[in-house]
Amino acid sequence: MILSLSKDTIKISQEQDVVFLKNRVKETAVKIKMGLVNQTRIITAASELVRNMMRYANGGNCVIEVVSSGRVNGVRLTFTDKGPGIPDIAAAMRDGFSTGRSLGLGLPGTKRLVNEFDIKSKVGEGTTVTIVKWANG
Amino acid sequence: MSFNTSQLLQKKKKYILELWMKNQLADEGLREDLISNEELRSQSEELINSLVGNLSSENVADINSDEWNPVIEILGGIAITRARQGFSPRETGSFVFSLKDALIQVLQEENKNDAKVLFAESLKISRIMDNLSIVTFETFIKGREEVILRQTDEIAEISTPVIRVWDGILALPIIGTLDSARTQIVMENLLQEIVETGSSIAILDISGVPAVDSLVAQHLIKTVSATRLMGAECIISGIRPEIAQTVVHLGIDLSNIITKSTLASALAYAFKAMKLEVRKTSTVLKSNF
Repeated sequence: MILSLSKDTIKISQEQDVVFLKNRVKETAVKIKMGLVNQTRIITAASELVRNMMRYANGGNCVIEVVSSGRVNGVRLTFTDKGPGIPDIAAAMRDGFSTGRSLGLGLPGTKRLVNEFDIKSKVGEGTTVTIVKWANG
Repeated sequence: MSFNTSQLLQKKKKYILELWMKNQLADEGLREDLISNEELRSQSEELINSLVGNLSSENVADINSDEWNPVIEILGGIAITRARQGFSPRETGSFVFSLKDALIQVLQEENKNDAKVLFAESLKISRIMDNLSIVTFETFIKGREEVILRQTDEIAEISTPVIRVWDGILALPIIGTLDSARTQIVMENLLQEIVETGSSIAILDISGVPAVDSLVAQHLIKTVSATRLMGAECIISGIRPEIAQTVVHLGIDLSNIITKSTLASALAYAFKAMKLEVRKTSTVLKSNF
């Protein structure tokens, strides 16, 4: 059972919002006393996802939540966009696969950086990615 | 219209200006440090002339009519200069609002006996002045945004210095997030400097980069490849423990690049590559006296 303790929505529409979002994620991570390595991991994961959102969907929304499951706290980020959607999620989750001439490590790399990773996408409707990083996970 | 406001205002132009100036000078927000009284008067006079000159009983209700363009232009010019001079929004806004007070006062004095006309005319003047205030604010904010944009450019410019640490060794400390635009500037500056100084080793220090994601890594790899094409070697230094772990988890392969944890070790490597040696002197140097 995961409880949401606080919720904060940030709209992403331009390059400057990326830095702002990263700072907010960091603040949230520091607030729940996350270690430096995990902080860097969740910030990097957020950075990957928000860049994808900017690049393929021209922006969207990000919800930052402090979540609690029993005794541990964590940060949950939900990225929602109304972009073109991902036709083949299995391929997108493979290392080195990219439709946009990048390294192709964004989605699979993000999955390795966080504790929980969930992606839902419908072609033509948009994509939602949810990640959770526990403070000591 | 039973009573012609535009003619009245035309006639009373001088008087309105005096009233307005009185209002402005009495206002607490008067910034004598930023604008002299003479300048303020000439700005006010220009605006009143244009406003009264263009006001007619037809266009009084319609701010979008073309006849308002000159007024909006003058007002826009004033708002932009004020934004640059550092006026606060309140001070800029009160410039227009105090004119409204003056206009309404004149209307009041003229229509003492006819409350109905006074109400109708005041409403019209209010509406037009409110619209002009909105224009002022819009332009004011635009002026401020320009200031911010210019500063952003400046930050991008100054935040990518190329330092000559030794003959043939360049260092480039990167601070902040490395996005595509920054990478472009970094790469240009670095490659240019390599040509100019004939350096054979460049050290990219990323101690000041908060997080390395796959895009930043890709930019770094590109910069290194470009440097190699120029015949120089590129070392990436300042990789902190948490960054190292994140990069590994992301699955980014930086094994083709020489990486060091500190700028000092990168410099040591560079010295070694150039067959230079840094030694502690064994004996105290005798002075040349």
